[in-house]
Amino acid sequence: MVERQSPLEPVLHAGSHGNFEHGVDIILSETQPGSIVQLAAWPGEEKKLISCIRTVTGLALPDGAGGGSTDGVRSVFGFASGKFTVVDEAEGLASAFAGVVTPAIGTVTDLSHGRTAIRIAGPKAEWVLAKFFAIDFALPAFPVGAGRSTVHHDIFAQIQRTGADQFDIYVFRSFARSFWKALCHASEEVGYEVQ
Amino acid sequence: MLINCPYCGPRDVIEFTYQGDGNRERPQAASQNLDAWNAYVYDRLNPAGDHNEIWQHSGGCRAHLRVVRNTLTHEISSTAFAHGGHKSAARHKAEGKS
Ligand SMILES: [Zn+2]
Repeated sequence: MVERQSPLEPVLHAGSHGNFEHGVDIILSETQPGSIVQLAAWPGEEKKLISCIRTVTGLALPDGAGGGSTDGVRSVFGFASGKFTVVDEAEGLASAFAGVVTPAIGTVTDLSHGRTAIRIAGPKAEWVLAKFFAIDFALPAFPVGAGRSTVHHDIFAQIQRTGADQFDIYVFRSFARSFWKALCHASEEVGYEVQ
Repeated sequence: MLINCPYCGPRDVIEFTYQGDGNRERPQAASQNLDAWNAYVYDRLNPAGDHNEIWQHSGGCRAHLRVVRNTLTHEISSTAFAHGGHKSAARHKAEGKS
């Protein structure tokens, strides 16, 4: 296997930064999942696709637009009508899905090398993200496990809430370094740690 | 201006791309009916009021939407997925021509 290189490598500086004299309120990291896969169901085949997701990952999708769930190792969320992003710490998720998602059900697209996964955590995570995206990050409106598709200027982002104060953001790999720098700048005022 | 995406919920207009007048009907690709092509390319109702429009949620779920927007107030009175058809488009066109 070719070793994957992170686009963040030249700008990812571990340690505390910004205004951290009174502690850090943000923790930034790159989760580097082995697999990022996008699934799309043909019209009317959504339920079959959702059962394929359960078969492969063991994760049950809650009803409703943007619903999702995570067990800490694997994550899934809806990002559009009949479309889902599935993430696994391990490699090989795309071929696992290719075995169960038949051409009659829908499509499997392997994005493992096309997206960069950035995790923002801490008591000020909502605060910092609210500076980027015009969506409601409050817990009742954006529950744990749920996903949202949105955009920061021209940088398309899929965001999954993976904890009460933790979000995983999937951005195009080619935009990831610029987006990371912007996240660091936005986190300076509250103090942040890069892990 | 907020557009209420049927999948994503209310989102700021910066997430959307205008895809044109929603009243037009494209002739069949092989059609040689020049009047129909002329109407498709040039004829616009240009109403001062409710207007059928196609918008794409390009910075979100990427669905194409049928939107009815008031051109005077920017009030959006309805949104729906463009696929699945939208009979009111034909109705608005007929009303505009009468
Ligand atoms: Zn949408």
